[in-house]
Amino acid sequence: MSSSHEISAESVASAVAAAVDAFARATTLDELKKEKTTHLGERSELSLLNATLRDVPADRKAEAGKLMGEAKGAVHAAYQQAEALLEAAEEAESLLEEALDMTALGARRHQGARHPLSVLMEDMADVFVSMGWEIAEGPELEHEWFNFDALNFDADHPARAMQDTFFVEPVERHMVLRTHTSPVQIRSLLERELPVYVVAPGRVYRTDELDATHTPVFHQIEGIAIDKGLTMAHLRGTLEHLARAMFGDEAKIRLRPNYFPFTEPSAELDIWHPTFSGGARWIEWGGCGMVNPNVLRAAGIDPAEYQGFAFGMGIERTLMFRNNVQDMRDMVEGDVRFSGQFGMVV
Amino acid sequence: MRVPLSWLGEYVDLEKKTTPESVHEALVSVGLEEEEIHRFEVTGPVVVGEVLDFVDEPQSNGKTIRWCQVKVATKDAPDAPAVRGIVCGAHNFVVGDQVVVALPGSVLPGPFPISARSTYGHTSDGMIASAKELGLGDDHTGILRLVTMGVSAEVGTDAISLLGLDDVAVEVNVTPDRGYALSIRGIAREYHHATGANFRDPALSVTPVTGSSFEVAISDSAPIRGTQGCHAFVARTVRGIDPTLPTPPFMVARLVLAGIRSISLPVDITNYVMLEMGQPLHGYDLDRLTGGITVRRAKSGEKLTTLDGLERTLDSEDLLITDGSGPIGLAGVMGGLSTEITDATRDVLIEAAGFDQVSIARTARRHKLPSEASKRFARGVDPMVAAAAAERAVELLERYAGGTRDTLGASVFEPGAGQYAPVHLAHDAVMALTGMEVDRSSTAEILRSIGATVAETDAGLTVTPPSWRPDIVDAPGLVEEVARIVGYDKIPSALPPAPSGRGLSHAQATRRRIVNSLAAAGLTEVLTYPFVSHEDNVLFGHTERDVVLANALDSLVNRMRVSLVPGLLETAQRNLSRGFTSLALYEVGLLFHADSGSLGTAHIPEGAKKPDPKVTAELYASTGHQPWNVTGVFLGNALEKTPGSKARVFEVADALDAARTAARAAGAELVLAQATHPAFHPGRYAELLVGETVVGFVGELLPRIAKARDLVGRVSLFSLDIDALIAARGQQPHGAHPLSIYPAATQDVSLVVSQDVPAAAVRDVLVEGCGELLESAFLVDDYRGEGIDAGQRSLTFALRFRASDRTLTQVEATEAKERGVALAAKKFGAVLRA
Repeated sequence: MSSSHEISAESVASAVAAAVDAFARATTLDELKKEKTTHLGERSELSLLNATLRDVPADRKAEAGKLMGEAKGAVHAAYQQAEALLEAAEEAESLLEEALDMTALGARRHQGARHPLSVLMEDMADVFVSMGWEIAEGPELEHEWFNFDALNFDADHPARAMQDTFFVEPVERHMVLRTHTSPVQIRSLLERELPVYVVAPGRVYRTDELDATHTPVFHQIEGIAIDKGLTMAHLRGTLEHLARAMFGDEAKIRLRPNYFPFTEPSAELDIWHPTFSGGARWIEWGGCGMVNPNVLRAAGIDPAEYQGFAFGMGIERTLMFRNNVQDMRDMVEGDVRFSGQFGMVV
Repeated sequence: MRVPLSWLGEYVDLEKKTTPESVHEALVSVGLEEEEIHRFEVTGPVVVGEVLDFVDEPQSNGKTIRWCQVKVATKDAPDAPAVRGIVCGAHNFVVGDQVVVALPGSVLPGPFPISARSTYGHTSDGMIASAKELGLGDDHTGILRLVTMGVSAEVGTDAISLLGLDDVAVEVNVTPDRGYALSIRGIAREYHHATGANFRDPALSVTPVTGSSFEVAISDSAPIRGTQGCHAFVARTVRGIDPTLPTPPFMVARLVLAGIRSISLPVDITNYVMLEMGQPLHGYDLDRLTGGITVRRAKSGEKLTTLDGLERTLDSEDLLITDGSGPIGLAGVMGGLSTEITDATRDVLIEAAGFDQVSIARTARRHKLPSEASKRFARGVDPMVAAAAAERAVELLERYAGGTRDTLGASVFEPGAGQYAPVHLAHDAVMALTGMEVDRSSTAEILRSIGATVAETDAGLTVTPPSWRPDIVDAPGLVEEVARIVGYDKIPSALPPAPSGRGLSHAQATRRRIVNSLAAAGLTEVLTYPFVSHEDNVLFGHTERDVVLANALDSLVNRMRVSLVPGLLETAQRNLSRGFTSLALYEVGLLFHADSGSLGTAHIPEGAKKPDPKVTAELYASTGHQPWNVTGVFLGNALEKTPGSKARVFEVADALDAARTAARAAGAELVLAQATHPAFHPGRYAELLVGETVVGFVGELLPRIAKARDLVGRVSLFSLDIDALIAARGQQPHGAHPLSIYPAATQDVSLVVSQDVPAAAVRDVLVEGCGELLESAFLVDDYRGEGIDAGQRSLTFALRFRASDRTLTQVEATEAKERGVALAAKKFGAVLRA
């Protein structure tokens, strides 16, 4: 048995020191593995020393065993530490190599977009849905009775001639493209149980040529509430709520007397906001009023028992002054830049 | 209606601080709509001058100018030259004429600033103005000689105020129910309501005189909707007028500001009284009348030459003014040529009549003759103002035309003309409808102020509307009067109690999901016009029976779409032409199918009454079939070239993907059935089904059609009938499958089959044959070529097997696969590829 392989504090410390030093000097995981074989393998100094344990006299065995145990623990710890450091370094290097210019990432597909008119129409309708109203719908190709007569537009009333109506062949069959969303009022009153609180967003038609401020096909949102005891105060409160929901808490509304066949009293609705382009000002927004008793009668409702209010406004117009759209043609031409600038939010 | 403020001020007190803007604001507050402000736009110094002398100087350009010495001395500016040299191009004046001189520093409409300038070898120290240059009319044949306006004034007098050019008019839009407000009388009353300013009714400022012994007969054999065509006819005569006398400047200025040209003194007077009182008048040359006047309906085909020189063929509904010679006027719309007042006229008969609104409106529409008169009659003229208006015209003809009134005349009123049924207004009606507290006495006072007769009872007020308010027929009409005069700004604000709504309907929520899912999938929503050509409806919609517009804006696209495709193709082309070559567009909208039944109904039920159930059902059935549809179009690149990745072109598979996205948003899975369509690539078109129901299609547009529409490259489309999709899916809740957590076994299988067999059919039998252990089957390869016989192809499916209760062995998976292969072999002769 060689004296050089004898367990002593010095020989063990020397083997530990050699191992710790070698591990620390390894610069790659491969190098480290080789050093592990050298310093922890079967033929390593530590293993050879360990093999002499059985020859240690019984009275020193416990001490030598403890010495060896501590030494192995220290060398393993040194190895793990070195390994962790090298792994971290190699990972860092490889991540560095994989770095991308994140600002140069290509699009994997086109970004889509909603049309701002339809989004705005949904947003406005949702203000009412959140108040417990429902959304009502009706056909765009409509019977004159729903579009005019039931709404108290007499056949010879100037207001009927004023509406620039698209008629459908044969005209003796009395079909038109609805000139407003108001026929949905009648349909709702005929189809639903009272009380009725509905909004009707949708497309309407007038025989205007397309220009910056007119389009023959446009959109409105209509509201009608029929219940017991509804007054113009409820109309005002409802419209104020809508104005604030769509424009913010600073929005104000104003009612001005006006005339519509299907409401009496009737009012023009103006909206004011400090941030309108062109400054804080009143802008004409829509029409409204208390539902004319003749409209209720057309739906078989007794005006002595029920009454209510109705209102309507143009979506295009709202989009123009709310979102500063200058030209109505942008809304109808389908240029992808127009919807694209809004994305999914209006 | 344009309202000169000087005129308004005659019938209502205007405070000194009144401005056009403040008048607008006041009128808007009671329900008139604000329009423009109109001015002459003339600023001084513009003065009366006298031509002292002139020299005609021929010029090399062939014109002869006049070098005039004009006296313009003004008391206000004693230092200014009393006589000025002015170059004038006109020759219609003589020495001694008084003219209007725009001195340097003045501005005429244009704006046209006047300064001393060198011209034709002189320094022209101002300008002698024509009527047109002053904004007083169209006459530019020469300068304005004050003598032609019947005016004489001291030299140096301010011509702006002399001619009324300092007046200003506010324009308001009058709603169709307020015919009476198409007059200074009506506007003054409204201004009184808005401000409380003292109002003097011009109809009460004259004492109507009734003429007699002129024969007038009203004989309406065919009243329209039961209403007599004529309910009032007042005739008055004035003899010995000189129609060539000038119209006084104030009248010219007011007419011009009101938007009416000055024509001749008699015509100007009738127009002036119409604007003032709201009563259209007509003047006849008495000598050219044959006997008395009869108001009657036209005989069909009867002819009348109107004042505009056009011979009109009359309809049996037209109301006529006739005399012994036949028709002499289209009542309330336009007079006839044969009895027109001319320069030779000496004796005139003035007509102030009341006609039925509907009759006049229809005639004006029928003959396309919207006139100031017909506009007023169609909206309702106060029947009780006729006599006052006629008297006012007589007065003015006496004062300005040198005539003398004659007792010859007539005054015929139908019984009940201008009298309307009393309306009951419950005491709580204002509160109940407006939420505003207005006490009984204020309510009564307001209603009296609009001219109504008010009687108070325990139950409420009994209100008889005044003769000029035929529009007030019920309590809400009265409440509106009270509310607008109290002020809508006094209406309180309250939210109604929240109803128990059910949110969006299933269909509405589904449409929202669809429209959002497609935008999220990279498509851009557009909203196209639904107007298309018949050819496009035939091509894309297989229909000959489409909905035809009677008055389309463009006769080439006069049909309502039965497909969203044409509109999307047009929109795609517009984008292409603007340089956007990669497009994925979609639209959600209605289609319009006439269907087999006929659109519409033969009659319109009356309003204000619920039609009986049968008629209601007919009305509901009258609109054809208008389903919601979603259609998308793809062309150009799906993916643009970017660092590290190549561009990819949109293919029909992209359209299919989008269709599946939309269908999934509706909770439905699509099945494809290869098919053909004349507008699509014969080998690249499939119907889309949910269960057994065809709900749409996917395909590639026929290249020839794409090219004809200037579309570049391949154009892929999908379309889904949303209503059909929703109906096919139903509303039943989705039943979930339990998820197995045991490991899966995956195997590929390649089957050689005839190319005629659709891959989906092969997959279907594979799925059926493999049985319930099969979890999924994806087609991963479609190989044709070497090793495969002509007409055959090899379809490779990636199969994944999984059991719900155990770990599956490869043996079990293989057995399952072999069952699938066996069924494919049996059904389609499929052979396992070696």
